[in-house]
Amino acid sequence: MLQSETQTPSAFFDGRSLKAKLRRAERWRKIKAAALVLPLAVFLVIVFVVPISNMLWRSVDNTELMQVMPETAAHLQAWDGQGLPDEATMAAFAEELRASRQGGGLGRIGRRLNYEDPAFRGLLMRTLRQLPVEQPVEGWRASLQSIDAAWAERETWRALQRASSLTTDRYLLAAVDLQRDDDRQIQRIEAEQRVYVSVFQRTLVIAGSVTLICLLMGFPLAYWLATLPTSQSNLLMIFVLLPFWTSLLVRTASWIVLLQTGGVINTTLMATGLTSDPLQLVFNRFGVLVAMVHILLPFMILPLYSVMKGISPSYLRAAVSLGEHPFIAFWKVYVPQTISGVAAGTLLVFIMALGYYITPALVGGPSDQMVSYYVAYYTNTTNNWGMAAALGSLLLIVTLLLYLVYHRMVNQKQLVRN
Amino acid sequence: MQQAYDSDALVRFSGVQKTYDGENLVVKDLNLSIAQGEFVTLLGPSGSGKTTCLMMLAGFEVPTSGDIFLGDKRLNTLPPHKRNIGMVFQNYALFPHMTVEENLHFPLKARKVPAAEARQRVERILDTIQLKDFARRRPTQLSGGQQQRVALARALVFEPQLVLMDEPLGALDKQLREHMQLEIKHLHEQLGLTVVFVTHDQSEALTMSDRVAVFNDGVIQQIDTPDRLYEAPSNAFVAQFIGENNQLVGRIASIEGERCQVQVEGGLSTGAILVNVREQGALTRLSIRPERVRLNGASEGLPNRVKAHIEEFIYLGDHLRVRCRVGDNSQFMARVPVTDFCSSLKVGADIMLGWRDEDVRALDCTQP
Ligand SMILES: Nc1ncnc2c1ncn2[C@@H]1O[C@H](COP(=O)(O)OP(=O)(O)O)[C@@H](O)[C@H]1O
Ligand SMILES: [Mg+2]
Repeated sequence: MLQSETQTPSAFFDGRSLKAKLRRAERWRKIKAAALVLPLAVFLVIVFVVPISNMLWRSVDNTELMQVMPETAAHLQAWDGQGLPDEATMAAFAEELRASRQGGGLGRIGRRLNYEDPAFRGLLMRTLRQLPVEQPVEGWRASLQSIDAAWAERETWRALQRASSLTTDRYLLAAVDLQRDDDRQIQRIEAEQRVYVSVFQRTLVIAGSVTLICLLMGFPLAYWLATLPTSQSNLLMIFVLLPFWTSLLVRTASWIVLLQTGGVINTTLMATGLTSDPLQLVFNRFGVLVAMVHILLPFMILPLYSVMKGISPSYLRAAVSLGEHPFIAFWKVYVPQTISGVAAGTLLVFIMALGYYITPALVGGPSDQMVSYYVAYYTNTTNNWGMAAALGSLLLIVTLLLYLVYHRMVNQKQLVRN
Repeated sequence: MQQAYDSDALVRFSGVQKTYDGENLVVKDLNLSIAQGEFVTLLGPSGSGKTTCLMMLAGFEVPTSGDIFLGDKRLNTLPPHKRNIGMVFQNYALFPHMTVEENLHFPLKARKVPAAEARQRVERILDTIQLKDFARRRPTQLSGGQQQRVALARALVFEPQLVLMDEPLGALDKQLREHMQLEIKHLHEQLGLTVVFVTHDQSEALTMSDRVAVFNDGVIQQIDTPDRLYEAPSNAFVAQFIGENNQLVGRIASIEGERCQVQVEGGLSTGAILVNVREQGALTRLSIRPERVRLNGASEGLPNRVKAHIEEFIYLGDHLRVRCRVGDNSQFMARVPVTDFCSSLKVGADIMLGWRDEDVRALDCTQP
């Protein structure tokens, strides 16, 4: 106290020194805060940013040929696409084809080139087997053409050229049933081969229906839980959470047991005479919706419950005491206050449902498979990382777009209420 | 009972009982009538059944037995949204997703009041509570006192027959609370409202009310005007609950009409007004207000005098409280205006205290 009195006020309130002091004090706090979040940040980068960027990259990645045949790729990039490539290109190709036998390079370009033409791998194998050891006197062009007539066709070299650029849009186009024709123009693929647009539509429809059903079932349940005395609601909450303690696979499989033609539900229905023939309840859309709603319902209830728990019952009482009918009061006064819970619940359920794989695969029919099924198919069965990544990236983009629209809508709603 | 059949009463509780669990009566045989334009406060400690009474009146609880009338309508089976009773809740219960204006329009929309008239009424009430500039704000953007005023306005804007308030000022700080007490009182006078107000704060009850009903244990202990309640408590609970109060326990030695002579333990004998003890020899609790106790010189000539020992002074600005020991009661308070303070008063000094017979009330001895 005494010391501060001897200081002149101007020194005490000197703006700059005060600011500097504040900065110094703040800096330590900031460093400490940063140190606390650092492990999480590193973790997020490793498990989230890196895989997602990797996936996005793979959906346009076209570097197989570049890595295995760098010189050929460079030559082909310079080629104007008219006639056939020059002798130097052919020479480089022959040399690098021979060299590709080591280190599995041949397999990689074979797989990539087969996407252009399913006969390409065979062509490469055949060519390699008959490739002269020395530079042939008649030149590489004639030599290759004598091995296989395909090397005399412009289209063969155009395919190689398409595989030699750094990136390609073929996977992303294929993921929405598009392709480039010979003139590099984008067009739809033949009608009977179109799959993915309808798969995406189906995925959105299933996820949307599941979200809607969860909301319709979860809202009253969460309301009931929130209005019960704590001791009872805690007990019931355990039942809501109980499904989390069993594996998703077990829960899905048990739905098959319940819903199948000879299952409990069908036998009961037939025993009571409600139906004469067993109903098809599983391996169709119905089964998928039932199983997914069952699994995702808690993710709707929990955010709704936590929001509703914080809404005092006196709001409803106040609305009723002001003369509003209890039902209308509920709709006008209670429901709007749960919007943040509804938003969180629907978003959570919708986004989780978008990525569902196991459940539709087990309880759905062929026309109930969602995008993830095809992603798994391409990664596990055909090793086509490009297609898998393209489908995954598109799903990510669709999800983000929907999220933005949704965010707008929820905010708008709140603004309108303002 | 007679009051319960008062013909010009607006609200009538008649033999109302209420139990939640089927075992304990939270409200026991309530008879109460409230006249048009009256401001009645239900005052009592927490858990005494005040809110329950209010909730039965508003329709959120059903009486277990007995009847409630509003005007000539029997309310028991009328659902709450048809009762036309305005209610102010303790936490205000302003709808957070609506602006002040929308909150005020809410009861009018529910009643399908034409838009033009509704706008007029909202405007008028906003004027009354002086919050015109805040009409477009959300409740969360208002201070506690402003929210309180909006809650009040919302309960008044549809011109209900009756306004209920359940501890509406409990969340405000002392200064604001006192300000709002007067504001509500003035609104009551200005608009001719009939108000049932619930509080556990006795000074609030005394400040605002025409009549106060003191609740304890589900029973109205006394219902009276504030001054009567303070000056003439009818039992030991009321005396102890309202204002400060010195208590001495003694036995009734003799009775003459409305007066009696009481022998207090420790040799003191004093005259008192007989209130709710009747027999000679019965135990009684004497109640003496601290401001009725005179000290030293001032006590000369009074019929009841006793020697006391000063234990402590408590300075309160406009007056001093002197804590004394009388017999074995060391919590005996006397109230001295600062101007009457003289230097002979010292901690540890012996003094004489005195009071008149009519300042002492001989009450029951059931309360601990
Ligand atoms: N909804 C209820 N269910 C069961 N008991 C209740 C309920 N409301 C109040 N009570 C009990 O009734 C008694 C009176 O409560 P209340 O009317 O709220 O008193 P006050 O408002 O005077 O504090 C208390 O003992 C309380 O525990
Ligand atoms: Mg209460």
